[in-house]
Amino acid sequence: MSLHIPDTQVCLWTLGHENPSSLATYTAHGGYEAIRKILAEKMPAGEIIEQVKVSALRGRGGAGFPTGLKWSFMPRDYVGDKYIVCNTDEGEPGTFKDRDILIYNPHQLIEGMLIAGYALGARAGYNYIHGEIFEQYQSWEKALEEARAAGLLGHDILGSGWDFDLHAHHGYGAYICGEETALLESIEGKKGQPRFKPPFPASFGLYGKPTTINNTETLASIPWIMRHGGQAFLELGKPNNGGSKIFSISGHVNKPGNYEIPLGTPFATLLEMAGGVRNGHKLKAVIPGGSSAPVLPGEVMMDLTLDFDAIAKAGSMLGSGAVIVMDETVCMVRALERLSYFYYEESCGQCTPCREGTGWMHRIVRRIEHGQGRPEDLEELVRIGGNIAGRTICALGDAAVGPVVSFVRHFRAEFEYHIENKRCLVGA
Amino acid sequence: MLSQEALAQIDQEARKYPAEQRQSVVMSALRIAQAELGWLSRETIAFVADYLDMPAIAVYEVATFYNMYDLEPVGRHKLTLCTNLPCQLQGADRIAEHLKARMGIDFNETTADGRFTLKEGECMGACGSGPLCLHNNHRMHTHLTPESVDKLMDELK
Repeated sequence: MSLHIPDTQVCLWTLGHENPSSLATYTAHGGYEAIRKILAEKMPAGEIIEQVKVSALRGRGGAGFPTGLKWSFMPRDYVGDKYIVCNTDEGEPGTFKDRDILIYNPHQLIEGMLIAGYALGARAGYNYIHGEIFEQYQSWEKALEEARAAGLLGHDILGSGWDFDLHAHHGYGAYICGEETALLESIEGKKGQPRFKPPFPASFGLYGKPTTINNTETLASIPWIMRHGGQAFLELGKPNNGGSKIFSISGHVNKPGNYEIPLGTPFATLLEMAGGVRNGHKLKAVIPGGSSAPVLPGEVMMDLTLDFDAIAKAGSMLGSGAVIVMDETVCMVRALERLSYFYYEESCGQCTPCREGTGWMHRIVRRIEHGQGRPEDLEELVRIGGNIAGRTICALGDAAVGPVVSFVRHFRAEFEYHIENKRCLVGA
Repeated sequence: MLSQEALAQIDQEARKYPAEQRQSVVMSALRIAQAELGWLSRETIAFVADYLDMPAIAVYEVATFYNMYDLEPVGRHKLTLCTNLPCQLQGADRIAEHLKARMGIDFNETTADGRFTLKEGECMGACGSGPLCLHNNHRMHTHLTPESVDKLMDELK
C-alpha cells in the first residue's frame, strides 16, 4: 500500500518485509536492541531524555509539542506509581497513521513504551485504542502476549530486575477522548470530559498519579532515536522539525494512503507520490493537518513544505499530518457543513461556548447549504467562532472554529453565491 | 443476566487495572454485555453496575456518552457508515444511497425483519481506505463499492 523508501522510514519500515507485524521480523532488524542496551547498561533516565530532546521529536498527535520537554516535566523523585499512556484514539478526520503502526509494526510501539516507561520511572503503561478499530485492539494485545512470552514485559524484564507491564484499553466512540485528560478520565471508567488544567498530567494524571501521554507515532519513533541517536533523527528532518513523519493523504488523490517522508518535504512531492489529483482534476483546496487545521487554497499549498513551522507560517497547522485533498468539483459549503456537524456531534457538552456554539455554527452552515442562508450569516459565523475560541477547557472549541473561519475566509465568494442564489457555484 | 463466559471476559479485562480501580473496566464490561445481548437495556446497565460495585447512574453516564453503545434494540447486523469529509470525498454518499435503497430504510432505522440497522458514523481512522463501514462495531469493511456492499449484505443473514 504505502511507498517504501528505505532509510527515512522510522515507523512503517516493516512494510517491505514478510510478516511485518511479527516479533521475529522486528527483532531480525534490530528490534528491542535499544531497550536491551538501556537495561544492560542501566542507562540513566536523563541520558535518554536528552537524546529525545536532541532529536527535536515533536508530538505526532496534532499539537507538535516537543516530546523531550514533555518528558522532562515528570517528577523524577516522586515516590509512588507513575504511568505512561499511549494515545491511539485516532479519530481526527483524515488521520489514519496510528492504525497502520498497530497493523504493521506493533512491536516498535511496545519497545517505545518500554523505553518511555523506563525513562519516566513508570510502573505500567496503557495504550488507549480508538473504538472503531477493534481488530487492531485485538492484534495489539496479541503482540503484547508475544512480547510477554519473550520476557520483554512483566516481572524482571530481560533479567534486569525491572518490572513493567503494558495493557490495551479500548475506547467506544468519542472523538474527545483524543484530548489527553479526557482520555485519562475514560481509562478511569468515566465520561470522557477533559479536565481543567493545571494541574497537568505530569503531576496529576491517571488515578491522580504522574502520567505522560504521547501519541502512537511519537512513541514508536523512540526506539529509532535510541538506536541511531537523537542527532541522526534530527537530520532526517529539518531544524526544530526532527525526523520523518507519516502523512495520511486522503480525498481526491489517485492513491490515498500513508507516506512516511522527512519533515520539510514539499507538498508537491507528497501529492505526486499519491498519484496526483484524481483523474487529472485541478487542485482546489487542502486541509493540511486533519480536519481541525484551517483549510488552505491549493495554489498556496503547492508552494509549501510539510513541516510544523512552514504550515504554521501559512496560517494553518501540520497537526497530525492528515492531508485532505479537494479538487475543483468540491462545494466548499457542503464540505464545511459535514465538518461543522462533526464538531457539533463530538462536543462533550462541558463548556457552554463549545456545546452551544458548535450547534449554532452547524445550523447556519446547513441553512446556507440548503438555500436558506441570510446575508448576515457569514459575519455571524465569524462572530460565534470568536466567542468559542480560547474560551473552553480544551482545544475542541478552537478545533471547531478553525475550519469554519478558514473556509469562509478563503472561499467567501462561494458562500456568498450560495446565500444570494440559493444554489451552488460549483457546476453552476 | 450475562453468561459465565461474558463475566469471565470482564474479569480478564479487569486484571489490567489496579485492584482498587475496578471502575476502569466499565467500558469493556458494557462492550462485552452489548456483544452478548445485542443492546444495553436499563436492566443490563444496572446489572453491570452491580457487578462492578458502581452506582447505576455512573454506568449509565458512560453508556450514554460513547456512541458505539446501543441504548435501543438494533438489527442482527448493524452497519455504521462513515460519512465524514474524507470518506464523503471518496464516495460515501453514493454508498449511503445504495445502502438505504437496498435496505429500504434511512439512517438510524432498522428493517422490519430485524435483519439490518443502518447508522451514520464519525471518523473511524481509516480514511485512506474509504468509503468504509463497521459491522456490529467490531469488523471494518473498506473500499466500499455498490457491488461490494451487495456482496456484504448477501452474506449477512
